[in-house]
Amino acid sequence: MTEIRGIYTLWLREVKRYVRDRARIVSSFVQPLLWLVIFGSALSALVRISIPGLTYQQYIFPGIIGQTLLFTSMFIGISVIWDREFGFLKEIMVAPISRFSVFAGKLLGASTDAMIQGIFVFVLGALLGITSNPLILGEALPVMILITFGLVSIGLTVASFMQSLESFGLIVNFINMPMFFLSGAIFLIRGPGVPSWLQIVASLNPFTYAVDALRTVILGGSWQPLYPLYAELLVVTCFDLAMIAIGTWAFGRRK
Amino acid sequence: MENAIETSELTRRFNGLVAVDKLNISVERGEVFGLLGPNGAGKTTTISMLCAILKPTSGTAKVNGFDVVKQDMQVRKSIGIVFQDPSIDDRLTGRENLYMHANLYGVPPGEQKSRIDGVLKLVELEDRADDLMRTYSGGMRRRLEIARGLIHSPKVLFLDEPTIGLDPQTREHIWSHIEGLRKAHDVTIVLTTHYMDEADRLSDRIAIMDYGKIVASDTPAALKETLEGDVITVNTKEALKLSSVVAGTEGILRTNVVGNALELTVRGGKALLPRIVEAAAKSGIFIESVSLREPNLGDVFLHYTGRAIRVEGGEELHGMAAIQRRSIK
Repeated sequence: MTEIRGIYTLWLREVKRYVRDRARIVSSFVQPLLWLVIFGSALSALVRISIPGLTYQQYIFPGIIGQTLLFTSMFIGISVIWDREFGFLKEIMVAPISRFSVFAGKLLGASTDAMIQGIFVFVLGALLGITSNPLILGEALPVMILITFGLVSIGLTVASFMQSLESFGLIVNFINMPMFFLSGAIFLIRGPGVPSWLQIVASLNPFTYAVDALRTVILGGSWQPLYPLYAELLVVTCFDLAMIAIGTWAFGRRK
Repeated sequence: MENAIETSELTRRFNGLVAVDKLNISVERGEVFGLLGPNGAGKTTTISMLCAILKPTSGTAKVNGFDVVKQDMQVRKSIGIVFQDPSIDDRLTGRENLYMHANLYGVPPGEQKSRIDGVLKLVELEDRADDLMRTYSGGMRRRLEIARGLIHSPKVLFLDEPTIGLDPQTREHIWSHIEGLRKAHDVTIVLTTHYMDEADRLSDRIAIMDYGKIVASDTPAALKETLEGDVITVNTKEALKLSSVVAGTEGILRTNVVGNALELTVRGGKALLPRIVEAAAKSGIFIESVSLREPNLGDVFLHYTGRAIRVEGGEELHGMAAIQRRSIK
């Protein structure tokens, strides 16, 4: 019970901090807007997606939701570094709750923040007419949550090893960018003309499975999944569990 | 009755540097124990080990009867800590910080409100409790942290440099809160400081720490007594002559002429003072004024370590404290 209240209070803290930070909320909405509207419409003139019944914008829409989850989740790790800089981390670390609970509280709080942004992109897509069925959000939501846990865990793990904000930013971008570009979020990674090395690298990227699962759920019948949906969700779940285990360990290191 | 804190050969090394060296201290229940020493003496490292944040390299310590390594959860539950550096969330209000702490320490939800109101009253922050912490002054933050450390009714409260970097009025304010604490709560307090006046005023017992070792430990009064060195200052135009007159008198340890003043370091100053005045009168020396000063803890520190305490600002961290602080994840 103590552990659950501890997790709850750490979650509540993250959400309160997020909701009170107006600048962060506004700026976080701008990026997906740029991708969907500018990138999406400009490139749709150049890129012809060889899938009947799908526009480029529709194709990248699940990818952009995934991207928002990826970038937000990873960069939320920065809050761990802030907490350490401002000393607040000591208050948590000395509290009589387990390291797992500390990690879980942070994970759930950060995931909530990321999910709020992911949902916003969805709403944006509905408003722009990219998705014709807004109710599909109900099906997409569990997949989005599943994706977010693993990604937030990467960010928190990286942050617990980093000493400065600068090095955190560098490392996270170093992980983010390949994960994003080699996942099929904004271009096809399978089909005629796709180099085989790209197909191999993409198949090693856990984010590929996440994006494809999201795309399968959101686009429904007009999208041919890379792998069966259950297999993709299994890969994402295993990835989550592994990252949570690593993150808990990284948080619990005591000198 | 069992002591609140017992350490046995407690040692911590950082890459070969010995920060705390075979420390043996015991703190009785209900007392205020002052750990006095310059920055880098190993005070914060000691506290970190007692709070189960830092693992000892060797040796053991028991806090409230719990081993700091094997029973770290029980240790954490039974103690409160006010860290040397701020450790509050400044994006939350004072009250929100307190509720978070209550939840982290498993205070039953039904009791949280009354306890939080109680500690806020103790540190006189009731009217600012719902403001964001970032609008608080340094002294108010400190008081809120002290309040926070008490919410879960700890048996031992650690105060690591509670008034570092604060102005004199605020320090006075915090001291009176700490004194009030002892009356209101049945709590043992371990206080670290490099301020002599703070240790002297608040502590029942003081351990002087330097280079990771306890060099002396006793009540403030007893520590000062062991010096046997009252300082008598006699202001007279004939200081030199007086110096030769009193030379050889039993109890005078050292004489020193500074301009028109004779400074005597003596044993039993109160008894010796009239003798010196008599001797001066017999020799026809006119004394303008006389003063007698008891040794302060600064003299005690100087006596035991052979150097004056280094009082440094709160911003810069030196020595092991700095290394250790940054290593807490």
